[in-house]
Amino acid sequence: MRNPYEVLGVSQTASSADIQKAYRKLAKKLHPDLNPGDKSAEEKFKEVAGAYDLLGDAEKRKRFDHGEIDATGAERPQHQYYRDFASAGDDHPYTDNSGFADFVNGDEAFAELLRRAQQARANRRGEDLHYRLPIDFVESITGANKRLTLPEGGTLDVKIPPGLVSGQVLRLKGKGAPGTGAGGPGDALIEVEVLPDRRFTREGDDILLDLPISLSEAVLGGQVRVPTPTGDVTMSVPKGSNTGTTMRLKGKGAPRRGGGHGDQFVKLRVVLPKSPDPELEAFVSNWDKGRTFNPREDGTS
Amino acid sequence: MNKEEFLTSSGVEVQMLDFWLEQQWLVPEQTSGGMNFSDMDVARARLIRDLKVDFGVNDEGVDVILHLMDQLHSLRRVLAQLGKDIQRSPL
Repeated sequence: MRNPYEVLGVSQTASSADIQKAYRKLAKKLHPDLNPGDKSAEEKFKEVAGAYDLLGDAEKRKRFDHGEIDATGAERPQHQYYRDFASAGDDHPYTDNSGFADFVNGDEAFAELLRRAQQARANRRGEDLHYRLPIDFVESITGANKRLTLPEGGTLDVKIPPGLVSGQVLRLKGKGAPGTGAGGPGDALIEVEVLPDRRFTREGDDILLDLPISLSEAVLGGQVRVPTPTGDVTMSVPKGSNTGTTMRLKGKGAPRRGGGHGDQFVKLRVVLPKSPDPELEAFVSNWDKGRTFNPREDGTS
Repeated sequence: MNKEEFLTSSGVEVQMLDFWLEQQWLVPEQTSGGMNFSDMDVARARLIRDLKVDFGVNDEGVDVILHLMDQLHSLRRVLAQLGKDIQRSPL
């Protein structure tokens, strides 16, 4: 053990203020946590700290000066420095990768490594978790309450607002991964996928529907039941409606942003009975005008 | 270890510790039974005490030092990992 005065580089007559100053100067340079890669810094620091323990304390200094205790008499108890933990491989909450955040967004292999190394920062907000949720077309118009089963276990209740389209993302605040410390959890981001419907298609805020009608309904007109996402309604088909005639059901479409609804357009399609009907055949063969009417006369075919 | 054990083994005073926790200089694990301090938290507390008491660094200074130090250690870890990965990968 070297003489503590030599270690601190002060004279035997130095004032306690000088000793503190000398110690701080050395300790700042040698503190192991400020020199994480320099093993010799720890030894030197211990020596300096030991010397200061002795000389920084007026009582101990007096006893040392009088030879009552030797330089080792005041050695500090061994302890592990913070750096021993900080550079160990394990994850810990004090990791802070903001120093190379600008590298991480690249796509080189190096960036991947950095991404892997990214750990929870003290009080960092939890990660956002992404999910996909398929919903029926009808649910996308009317809104619904769905329960999402999470791959990592557990469920999430999701309220689907009316009028969503595929690809829209719902954000459930605080339902993401837990944060560390006071950081709070992240959000759950749920991408909605609207499943195609057999009957309905959507165009903007309007809904399109093909509605089969019978020959008699087409020729004579009448009341028909029409499905809409919010339930069946009755619609009048006017006399002489043709395939391709489009009727509008006002306000039966998807909810508009900012209030109101789009419309539902019902495109009629005349459908003959499935099996040939002798009565209909007999009627049509006696129908003279049917022979003279040529639907292709405008040159469309 | 719990808060009392931590105060004993780190030699930190309770008001100081509360302030450090508030400053997020120390982030012990939160459990149902209260805070759980690791050996690492003890070592970090000693470092903070060294900075404040022995080096005369003020609170703002400690904040800056810890922030930079956390980055430094994280970079060292990544560098170490990178070194290992390079060694393992066939050239």
